[in-house]
Amino acid sequence: MAEVVLQNVNKNFDEVYAVKNVNLSIRDKEFMVLVGPSGCGKTTTLRMVAGLETISSGRILIDDKVINDLSPMDRDIAMVFQNYALYPHMSVYENMAFGLKMRKFDRADIAQRVRDAAEILGIQELLKRKPRQLSGGQRQRVALGRAIVRHPQVFLFDEPLSNLDAKLRVQMRVELKKLHDRLGTTAIYVTHDQVEAMTLGDRVVVMRDGLVQQVGEPLELYNEPANRFVAGFLGSPAMNFATVTVRETDGGLWAEDNGIRIKVPGQTAGRLSRHAGLQVTMGIRPEDLHVASEADPVELGFDAAVEVVEKLGSEILLDVAVGHNTMVASVEPGVRVAVHEKLRLALNPERLHFFDAESEAVI
Amino acid sequence: MTFTTVAAPRAYVGSPRRGPLTRLLEDERWLAMLLLLPTVALLGLFIAYPFVKGVMLSVTDARVGVPGHFVGLQNFVNVWNDGIFRVAVWNTCAYTFVATVFKLALGLWLAVLLNRHFRGKAITRAFILLPFIIPTVLSTLAWKWMFDPTFSVINWGLFRLGVIHGRINWLGDPNLALISVIIVNIWRGLPFYAITLLAGLQTISPELHEAAAIDGARAWQRFRHVTWPLLLPVTLVVTLFSVIQTFADFQLVYVLTGGGPANATQLFATYAYQIGIGTGLLSQGATISLAVFPVLLLVVIFQLFYIRKAEVH
Amino acid sequence: MIEGAIWRRWAFFYVPLTSFIVLLLFPFYWMVITTVRPDGELYRPWNSVNYNPFWTWHPTLDHIRDLLTQTLFTTWMLNTMIIALSATVISLFCGLLAGYALSRLKFPFAGSLGTVIFITYLVPQTLLFIPLADIIRNFRLGDSPWALILTYPTFLIPFCTWLMMGYFKSIPKELEECARIDGATRWKAMLFIIFPIAVPGILSAGIFAFTLSWNEFLYALVFLSSPEQKTVPVGVTSELIRGDVFYWGQLMAGALLGSIPVAFVYSFFVEHYVASVTGSVKG
Repeated sequence: MAEVVLQNVNKNFDEVYAVKNVNLSIRDKEFMVLVGPSGCGKTTTLRMVAGLETISSGRILIDDKVINDLSPMDRDIAMVFQNYALYPHMSVYENMAFGLKMRKFDRADIAQRVRDAAEILGIQELLKRKPRQLSGGQRQRVALGRAIVRHPQVFLFDEPLSNLDAKLRVQMRVELKKLHDRLGTTAIYVTHDQVEAMTLGDRVVVMRDGLVQQVGEPLELYNEPANRFVAGFLGSPAMNFATVTVRETDGGLWAEDNGIRIKVPGQTAGRLSRHAGLQVTMGIRPEDLHVASEADPVELGFDAAVEVVEKLGSEILLDVAVGHNTMVASVEPGVRVAVHEKLRLALNPERLHFFDAESEAVI
Repeated sequence: MTFTTVAAPRAYVGSPRRGPLTRLLEDERWLAMLLLLPTVALLGLFIAYPFVKGVMLSVTDARVGVPGHFVGLQNFVNVWNDGIFRVAVWNTCAYTFVATVFKLALGLWLAVLLNRHFRGKAITRAFILLPFIIPTVLSTLAWKWMFDPTFSVINWGLFRLGVIHGRINWLGDPNLALISVIIVNIWRGLPFYAITLLAGLQTISPELHEAAAIDGARAWQRFRHVTWPLLLPVTLVVTLFSVIQTFADFQLVYVLTGGGPANATQLFATYAYQIGIGTGLLSQGATISLAVFPVLLLVVIFQLFYIRKAEVH
Repeated sequence: MIEGAIWRRWAFFYVPLTSFIVLLLFPFYWMVITTVRPDGELYRPWNSVNYNPFWTWHPTLDHIRDLLTQTLFTTWMLNTMIIALSATVISLFCGLLAGYALSRLKFPFAGSLGTVIFITYLVPQTLLFIPLADIIRNFRLGDSPWALILTYPTFLIPFCTWLMMGYFKSIPKELEECARIDGATRWKAMLFIIFPIAVPGILSAGIFAFTLSWNEFLYALVFLSSPEQKTVPVGVTSELIRGDVFYWGQLMAGALLGSIPVAFVYSFFVEHYVASVTGSVKG
């Protein structure tokens, strides 16, 4: 049982506040991803759980035990670093055995565990080699193996895939997921890549400037972002935003801007009515825009001028100008569109998001 | 097969009991203190303590076996009025200045020459350092033999070349002695400059020279505008370090002339030795030794200032 | 680059370079020649005719033999070797620990302490030798190798510390962090992870310390008095001159043999040596 709880955790380096009032509860066996742009505090938070940074205020508990004052070696955790941090003067076997040697396991035990871990990761042949003789992917596996042999209560990952090339990254992502399913150990994973966050996490924490923006399952964050930052951070290509004014006319609520006049659908209108006459931010994802047909209602679309056509094969991305806004629409590969063409785009009303102009919170 | 051993759930293992010593050593500050203890003890005992003692000695009238009484700045006054001391001041300054200038110039030239690719470069570089590696006293003895008034091989060479007709008394002629000593110092120190400046040169990307050449700069101009400015940091460090060593030099002069003839080559170090150890006037000797201190202070301040500036960058 | 005519290459490169090499190495050649030259040939005035000083047709090992049998040279060699090795070991020990503390640990006054150690590196022996002589006498260490074994580290430790600091800084801190998470205490991580990786640096520092110890003269001159205790530099310069007569054959033999250990060590580790010389300047 390994629950990790962070209570009101803060970290400051002199005047710089890197982590502000973080409260997180990670369940046993959960794979929790911390994601955000660089400098958002995710790595600092991870290092506090590891014991590599002191905690300025607040508490961190593993299984209801406060670990603030425990040194890293006593926390029963294992960490995989971005640069693998393999001991260059030791063989793969010795690298993996090091932690067990430090804890005074006997030789036979160590040999057994190392062999098991090597088998899971497919690196049995590499045991006698030195790190400099290994490729990037192999080194990453050894780093994982080193973490696994100790059977820790919590795995910590600090951007482990960032140093791999794109193809290898995709491959390792899948392997990590399979590994987690197999081992079932609680894990905290830090990355700046939102694709990794979406695909690996049981739950995802989005951080910015030291503050937690939202916590939840990946699809929850994707479909119901709590604020504009989360909405724009997850998803590629990113969500389209436009500043619109809310007008109450013609028996309904309308979102208006230069070139845009959208009727706000029922339930959303209820929440939006307080903002009548004010400016808000409207958001719609590229995949929720499609080329309008006769069946689409007029009030749920707008005219757009095509500026760039990007054919990806699986989809076509249209960079369009809507009034003075630019947006991106993702449409099926069969659509025939030319540059400078004017067309009409329709949107899916259930997928409209509105954010407060100042607080950026979802409305 | 191995699923169970790896995935078996178990309760969170609390931290094992750690003894007080282990906990102490885990703390960064205590560990640092322990690690620094031997160094601080040794340096404190054999550098700080003697330094303080030296200063104290200089304000007493102690002699070997005779503890002294406080005499204030009397020693300094005596030393300043001492004609030989004044000569030593002049000698040491001239010695340091001339030797440094030549070491720098020649060292730079040699570094530039070595900065090319040629066969046997590595071996040449290894041999070039020999004057610096071989114990100073031993190589200086060779020079003393080379300068010997009756049997000097240098005189032989110059005579054969028709440059001289009478002998040159390199070390015995008061007008020549200082120059001879400077020559040996240059010989000894030149490789150090050459090797470190070479390392500095090698960090200058050849593309910079190529760009300058394309821009129309000739060899001398390239040196002046590209090489020299980029080499300045290393040059500064090497020179500062060498200056303090040369200013406090002892071995060379001691072996070659002992300070003579007629104090023509008397330096601070040799004079302090003569007075403090030779005649046993400890306090006077200590006072003369302290003459090196102002230069040391200047060099240290310079270095610190320079390092601070470098760190800002 | 010297483009163009071959004469330019000769004038601006080969000639200067060869001149430098000859001038720098000649004294050593002179040392060797003198050592194997019989006395009769040695003492010929500089302006005598038919005299080729650069070669001998009757090389002899007499000087070397006399040096080894009639003087205390072998004793001096032994003394110097013991002192140099001991001082090197002590300095490496202190330098390793201090270098690690200053480069990898955070503690108050770390910067100032580093600066102070750097400053002690600059303090020349000539500033301290007089009061030190007194202190050595008071500690009853006079005329024993311990006087040198304990004082040589004063100029060796700062250098070793400095060099090791540079080395440690190039080792990524993730390695230690990983070791500590793996279960190592701070000092175990230092011993098992950091030190083994820094072995090349330790080698460089050790070699340089060894040659510096061998080269030291002033302290050895002042602290040692009886002939049996002397080191090679002091012994050769003081004991081989009997009654104002210089026995140049033996002197040069002593100089040559006394230089061999250092040259030997140097020849095996030239790269390391150059690295430490340049490292000491780059700081």
